[in-house]
Formats: sequence, structure tokens, C-alpha cells
Amino acid sequence: MSGTPFLVLSAILFTIGSVGVLTRRNAIVAFMCVELMLNASNLALVTFSRTNGNLDGQVAAFFVMVVAAAEVVIGLAIIMTIFRTRRSASVDDASLLKY
Amino acid sequence: MVAFWILAPIMVACALGILFARKAVHAALLLAVVMISLAVLYAVQSAPFLFVVQIIVYTGAILMLFLFVLMLVGVDASDSVVETIRGQRLMATVVGLLFGLVLVLGVGQVSLGAATGLTSANQAGNVPGLAQLLFSRYIFAFEATSALLITAAIGAMVLAHRERLTPKPTQAAMAVQRLRDYADKGTQLGPLPAPGVFARHNAVDTPALLPDGTPSEISVSRTLTARGNLRTAPASDVDTLTGSMGDGTSYRPVTRSGPRGAIDGPHAPRADTDPDRADRSEPGEGTR
Repeated sequence: MSGTPFLVLSAILFTIGSVGVLTRRNAIVAFMCVELMLNASNLALVTFSRTNGNLDGQVAAFFVMVVAAAEVVIGLAIIMTIFRTRRSASVDDASLLKY
Repeated sequence: MVAFWILAPIMVACALGILFARKAVHAALLLAVVMISLAVLYAVQSAPFLFVVQIIVYTGAILMLFLFVLMLVGVDASDSVVETIRGQRLMATVVGLLFGLVLVLGVGQVSLGAATGLTSANQAGNVPGLAQLLFSRYIFAFEATSALLITAAIGAMVLAHRERLTPKPTQAAMAVQRLRDYADKGTQLGPLPAPGVFARHNAVDTPALLPDGTPSEISVSRTLTARGNLRTAPASDVDTLTGSMGDGTSYRPVTRSGPRGAIDGPHAPRADTDPDRADRSEPGEGTR
């Protein structure tokens, strides 16, 4: 069971996530795409762990999950705060710093 | 490897679905499919601990958090198709495709060699092995993540906290305000008439009939009226009913001209003059 297909799948998922972050306007959906990218990197880490025969990759994936959990909590709280003041969850509407 | 070839097309299709889903809820559900498939792939790659964590933490906690926020923001908050930067979507897609092509080609050409497999590393069990690493070599990173999680929890509390600008209205103040509304605007002071009381049907969508046989508009929820879900209860309906009860003459309603749907007096039916009460007119609230 070679690791290359897993890595290719991980690369495809990462690409889809990055395109989603660039194109989607809804802040929550863009955030979901960030989660998709993190998950794709986790898949690559687990694959590397298996090909190299030690558990360090899995520990790294575990840390990525912890950081992702913290990031989701803060990110969604920020989205909620912006929505409360602006009545919109679109990333384009939160552009007041620009002017 | 069979699991991989079954799950990989599903995952790619669902990930593409996240890109094209109009509604955020659909994107969240597709993301759940991707995450559960990833968990299965972890299990295939002899990472049972990460398999469980992926399902519990990601699909269990994080996605539920996403769905909660979606409910708070509004499920119907669909994406706008207006581009603020012209050609940005096209450019992003092209650049993303190029990036993916380079990544896939580069990763595909790396020869990883024969996979060592985790049979020796998992000899004492996957979870003890991970714990051994986590509490020896990665102990500082582990402590740092604990600090990170605490900071995140406090940050979320600070962000979600909202200071009260006005004091909370007491029951006495609300009573005084209600009486003032009655004096100034003629808002109904007592409870509103219940729907369906003297009407043919005893349902919430049937307006109550006044003693003169006319339906009372204030007896039904304004939400139902706006939806057009009102059932009519004409006075003739009561006529037939009283007729079928026999002795119809004594129950015959007297039609009289006058204000409809309200008790006589200065208080008009609770109409749109009271906008901050409009959202309170849900059925089953108790005042009807």
C-alpha cells in the first residue's frame, strides 16, 4: 500500500480548499474551506507517519487538530461579532478599515 | 487500499460540492462527509486514535459549532454572486488549478519508497505509543497547546460577551409602560381574545367570532395572517351549526354594524402602530 495516492488526494483536497477560500464570499464557508485545508494536511501527515514507520507524524496531526479547534472557536466568535454589528456574514462587507 | 479508492472520489466530489454549494448548510454537510471519510482513511493507515479524534472533535464538535453559528447567522444567508474585484473568481480558479497541478505532479513524482508501516511502532498499542511521544519529546508543545486552548476559550468568552447598555426592565416598569401605551395609543390592556372561541372550529387559525357574528382579527396570530393561513369562520357557519342543534332561534346571532374585531372604546385593534410588539405575536405565547 503505497503512500503516493494518499498524498495526491491530500494535495487535491488542499487545492480545493484554497480555491474555496479565494472564491467564496460567505465568511463561514470560507472558514470551512480553511478547515478542509487543515484536514488535507493532516492526511499527508498521517501518510508520512505510516511510510516512515514512526508516530511523529500522527502527533503532528494531533497538534494540528488542537490548533484547528482553537482557531474555529475564535474565528466563529469573530464572525458572530461582525454579524451582530453588521447583520452580514459576507467577507466583503467587513471592509471598513479600507476607507 | 480498497477503502481509499472508494472514498477518494467521494471526498473529492464532496469537496468540490463545498465550492459550488449555494447554501452554507449544504457546504457544512458536505464537509461532514469529507471529514468522516478522512477518519476512515486514518483508520486504514493504522492511526486508530486519530480516527476517533477526527470523528469526535471534528465532525462532532467543530462541525456542530459551524452549524450552530449558521443557525444564529441565518440559514438563508446564501452567498452573493457579485464580484467586488472584477475577474477575481476566474483568476482564483485558474491560479488554484495551476497550484493543484504543480502540487499533484510534484507529489506524484516523489518516490516514497516502500512503506515501512506502523506495525513495529504500534506494537505497544497506538494510544500508548502516541502518549509516550506526547509526554516526552513533545511535552513543551503539549503544554503550549494547553495554554493556547485556555486563551482561545477566554477569547471566545470575551468576544461573545455583550455589555448591557440599558438596565433590564422590571415587571413594575413594564406594567407602567403598558398602562401608558393604553392611555396614549389605545393599545389593548388586557389579554387578547383567544382564537376559535365561539367560532365553528376550535383551532388557532380560526378567528374568534364576536357576539355579532363577525370574526375578530386580533384573536389570531399575526404570523398566520401574514402567511395567509387563516381559516374563515363566517357567521353563516354558525347559523348552520345552531340550526343543526335545533332550537335555532334562541342562538341566532344578531348582525350589527360596528367596529369589527375589537372591544369598543378608545383602544383600536392592536394594529401595526406597535412595531416593537410585532415579533411577540407568536401563537401559544399565552396572551392570546
